[in-house]
Amino acid sequence: MTGTDTKTKHGDASDGSSNSLGARLSRFDGPDKIRGAARYALENHPANLAHAVIVQSTIAAGTVRAIDVAAAQVAPGVLLVLTPDNALHLDSASNWLGAPPPDAPYLPLARTVTFNGQHVAAVVAETLEQAIEAASLIRITYDATDAIPDFDDPRAGEGQPMDPMKIDWGDAETAFAAAPVRIEETYRTPREYNVPLEPHGLVAQWDGDALTIWEPSQWIDGMARTYAEWFAIPFDKVRIVSPYVGGGFGSKALACAHGAIAIMAAKMVGRPVKLAVTRPQSFTAFGGRPATRQTIALGATREGKLLSIVHRGDNETSVDGFAVEPLGAVTALMYATANLSSRQNIVPVNTVLPGPLRAPGENPSAFGIESAIDELAYAVGADPLAIRLLNYAEEDPHARKPWSTRQLREAFAVGAERFGWSRRTPAPRSMREGNQLIGWGVAAGTYPVRRTAGEALVRILADGTVEVASSSIDMGTGTYTILAQTAADALGVAPDRVRVKLGDSSLPRAPVAGGSQLANLMTGAVHKAALAARDELIGLAINHPSSPFRDVQANTLVIADGRIAAPRGNGPAVPIAELMRKIGREQIEVLRDTLPEASRSDEDRYKNFTTVATMRSPTDGDYSLHSWCAHFVEVRVDADFGTVRVSRVVSGIDSGRVYNPKLAESQWQGGIIMGIGQALLEEGIVDRRHARVVNNNLADYLIATNADIPDIEVISVGIPDPHASALGGKAVGELGIVGVAPAIANAVYHATGRRIRELPITLDKLM
Amino acid sequence: MRGFSYLRPGSPDEAREAARDPSAAFLAGGTTLLDLAKCGVAEPERVVDITHLSGLATITVGDDRITLGALATMSRVADEADIRTHCPAVAEALSQAASAQIRNMATIGGNLMQRTRCAYFRDPATFPACNKRAPGSGCAAIGGAVRNHAVLGVSESCIATYPGDLATALVAFDAVVHVGERRIAADDFFLLPGATPDREHPLEPGEMITAIAIPASPAARRSTYLKIRDRQSYEFAAASAAVGLELAADGRTIRDLRVALGGVATKPWRARGVEDALRGKIFEPETVKRASLAAMEGAVDHGANRFKIDLAPRVVARAILTLGGLA
Ligand SMILES: Cc1cc2nc3c(=O)[nH]c(=O)nc-3n(C[C@H](O)[C@H](O)[C@H](O)COP(=O)(O)OP(=O)(O)OC[C@H]3O[C@@H](n4cnc5c(N)ncnc54)[C@H](O)[C@@H]3O)c2cc1C
Ligand code: SF4
Repeated sequence: MTGTDTKTKHGDASDGSSNSLGARLSRFDGPDKIRGAARYALENHPANLAHAVIVQSTIAAGTVRAIDVAAAQVAPGVLLVLTPDNALHLDSASNWLGAPPPDAPYLPLARTVTFNGQHVAAVVAETLEQAIEAASLIRITYDATDAIPDFDDPRAGEGQPMDPMKIDWGDAETAFAAAPVRIEETYRTPREYNVPLEPHGLVAQWDGDALTIWEPSQWIDGMARTYAEWFAIPFDKVRIVSPYVGGGFGSKALACAHGAIAIMAAKMVGRPVKLAVTRPQSFTAFGGRPATRQTIALGATREGKLLSIVHRGDNETSVDGFAVEPLGAVTALMYATANLSSRQNIVPVNTVLPGPLRAPGENPSAFGIESAIDELAYAVGADPLAIRLLNYAEEDPHARKPWSTRQLREAFAVGAERFGWSRRTPAPRSMREGNQLIGWGVAAGTYPVRRTAGEALVRILADGTVEVASSSIDMGTGTYTILAQTAADALGVAPDRVRVKLGDSSLPRAPVAGGSQLANLMTGAVHKAALAARDELIGLAINHPSSPFRDVQANTLVIADGRIAAPRGNGPAVPIAELMRKIGREQIEVLRDTLPEASRSDEDRYKNFTTVATMRSPTDGDYSLHSWCAHFVEVRVDADFGTVRVSRVVSGIDSGRVYNPKLAESQWQGGIIMGIGQALLEEGIVDRRHARVVNNNLADYLIATNADIPDIEVISVGIPDPHASALGGKAVGELGIVGVAPAIANAVYHATGRRIRELPITLDKLM
Repeated sequence: MRGFSYLRPGSPDEAREAARDPSAAFLAGGTTLLDLAKCGVAEPERVVDITHLSGLATITVGDDRITLGALATMSRVADEADIRTHCPAVAEALSQAASAQIRNMATIGGNLMQRTRCAYFRDPATFPACNKRAPGSGCAAIGGAVRNHAVLGVSESCIATYPGDLATALVAFDAVVHVGERRIAADDFFLLPGATPDREHPLEPGEMITAIAIPASPAARRSTYLKIRDRQSYEFAAASAAVGLELAADGRTIRDLRVALGGVATKPWRARGVEDALRGKIFEPETVKRASLAAMEGAVDHGANRFKIDLAPRVVARAILTLGGLA
């Protein structure tokens, strides 16, 4: 099965003139969202709904001595006060790799506190207001112990080495020591948080031992598995409904403790329960990107050709969990070097377990290496763009495999051209306008192509319309739209004749919408199913006794614009609906998956859709598969105040074939916008005495506003990549953010002569 | 969030009467009150909604003063063309404050009464120690995350920044707060924390702001509000300056100068030291920059907020120079 066996349009990214795959169509789910007709999880109010509110710890380490619930229990409307003392027993669940769980209970409400803001108790009441009021009446006393607030605390130590993250080739230390030009610096990123517009939360309803959950989800099957294991019920008794997801950025892929609490509460009160995590609570209800620090030593020739890279990285993790932010991801991939060594430690501190946030690993990794290479450029007097081309990796320097496609040179070229890079004056502080110091910076980014098998159902209906069904999700990324385009393309109908149903466990299964893999794997599955449906329809048209094509004597037929016809136009052109009527069919339904032939047992399928164990790495196979981008950024820094404004961004982007340029551009631009916030604003501020994040709200945790965002020009330079995916696309969603922060830091250096190696670049660092 | 009773009085007198109980609170736009109720800081037992009272939202721009009714919204005042002419600093302060949505809801009276953004003040469940909230309980902020805390007007009891923009402009131009018949100079309307940071205004329970009057002056006509922050919108000031300038007939001698600072002090901070240093002087960049340093007289930092001591004089100098056409 590949895309090449149909007459799909395989153009470059901008083959958008057609009306199907590759077309620049607006999001099909857009109008419903604008009208408020798209119902999000927390807008489901089943009859007899009760409301749950969580109470979080106010210390970071210690044990809960006592919880005084007396006042809460008798507060108006209270149905249940939930504490570790009366919580139901839950089993532990397997992790996302499917590793068997420990034989210990799972405790969503903590008796032993390991971070400030951990869930300790909950109240269920008739109304939300009553639950809030009662929750404020709960008195918790603790036996506090010392907490380690962050990885700069000496008590945190060096952390644990992550041996699987070790990368070595050549003799990096020796080559560095012998290199004519050496630079060595440390780069740091703070804790960053997932703050999607739609809050986390769920509505949980039991019906006997069947459980229905309305919850925004990036991975319905994975979360359903966790819930099933926690509550010891069969997987197929859990139904998650998640047709719309108001952003996730990685934070809605895994079941969280608040989910367990709501489901437990629903069971105990015998009513459906709604639990909405408040914005402040969300900073500790799930983890964001951990704080990172990396030391990068570059050894080079006097011309700037890399001889060696020595990389040492650390990220924070929680004291009772395990989170790795792979800081060597870009370091060991971007540039050709004969010697490289990379190590990573994780340092346990009293924080919520960090989690994935848009481009985990690649994002901070790029901040390090793309800042360092810029420093090298100045050290040897090279142009920052030229030094990147000088060290261009012609093959994957780590896996030693050819790139499937790498249009990074083209991305640099088109970006530099549109940006006007050649007019840049090299010296720092050389481009001034009044009080504004102007700086131009460049940085590259990359994101791997990950691959998991998918499944899709395609149904041709009697009226000639088409249905596509999958439990995969659309978090604003465009799944509804591109799957309609894919089916339309394969079946020869207009995209608006295709209805896509997503986000419900009752539909065919799907793996995680994470790692930027969903669009590629789902277009592959839908394409396969749609072709099979087309073949079945054409088979019927040729062979069915009452078909108008019975006498045409054709081996095959074509479908275009919703009409079936003989390939050479000899004979009738029959609308699909008419054919369906003539042959007496209500529908043609085809379910297909893209699992390998050898692994299609029920067990294999369960593993494929509920774990990430079958996700293929970008270098599994003969090629190394990655998306690439080059960001060119102009900043204006006020000479007196140190305020940084990004005034222009031009990015050349290689995501392979683009299924819908409008939606892909929106993803790239969204990533760049998030990158601007990351570079200049975002930072979880920790009160080190209390190990607590104190700016846990959207007034104080700063993300970019419209006023912070200039025009952003994104230019696709991708070409269809047949090795990367069935239809030729590569990663889109997480790519755009990678490299933005270093491009801005590099521009700030050019503007001011000040190298800021610690994000965010706030005004106090430049004054 | 606690249960409370809700009243909608028919007249200002009824409103005052209803709010005489110390556990009562006026409700105007609600953008501060509801926010603080949600985080457990405001727990009024009685909420007295004054938004329906008539006659309190009038804006008049006369020859000798601008009068803003307490219930005029921030966005209305910011967009009023006459105010942009007679006191641009006020309009600019308002249009750079909060977000468009908040400005559409929030009132001028409520704006003066907004409370500090000190994170410790706003999280009573975690930080019981806060002298402003619970007199005598201590100050959780000192020694903690204080990047946005004040460097001027601080005491051992409290270092919380007064966050508002409008009041900074009001203090610069000698505005007067009307509380019924009572008149309070804007500068006196905001109290230093001293040993009683819980007491922020000289208002007695039941007293209601009815209007704000800004006297007309040449300096007000030639004024500006410069707000510096990391985010370009929807953020409180790292430092701000409301400045008005009047030059003598020679076009280069400073006849009158008004300077007030925001974002760096425990109350809107009139910088008379800068004014005095420049009044009568020739308008000239180096003189202005040097004199602006006087704005920080008596400043005390607590570490992370040290940058404000460097930043604020630069903001003052830039604002003055901009008005004189030299920035
Ligand atoms: C996220 C956020 C960002 C913000 N950013 C800024 C900013 O950058 N700059 C800035 O200046 N402000 C900012 N604000 C504050 C905002 O301007 C105030 O919340 C608003 O002006 C308050 O007006 P209101 O009518 O909503 O007051 P309310 O919330 O109704 O009332 C506030 C207080 O004043 C009392 N009150 C109201 N009216 C009267 C009256 N007539 N007499 C006596 N007492 C009265 C109330 O009892 C209450 O205690 C921000 C607010 C938020 C929530
Ligand atoms: S600075 Fe003032 S408001 Fe903040 S905690 Fe201390 S006393 Fe309370």
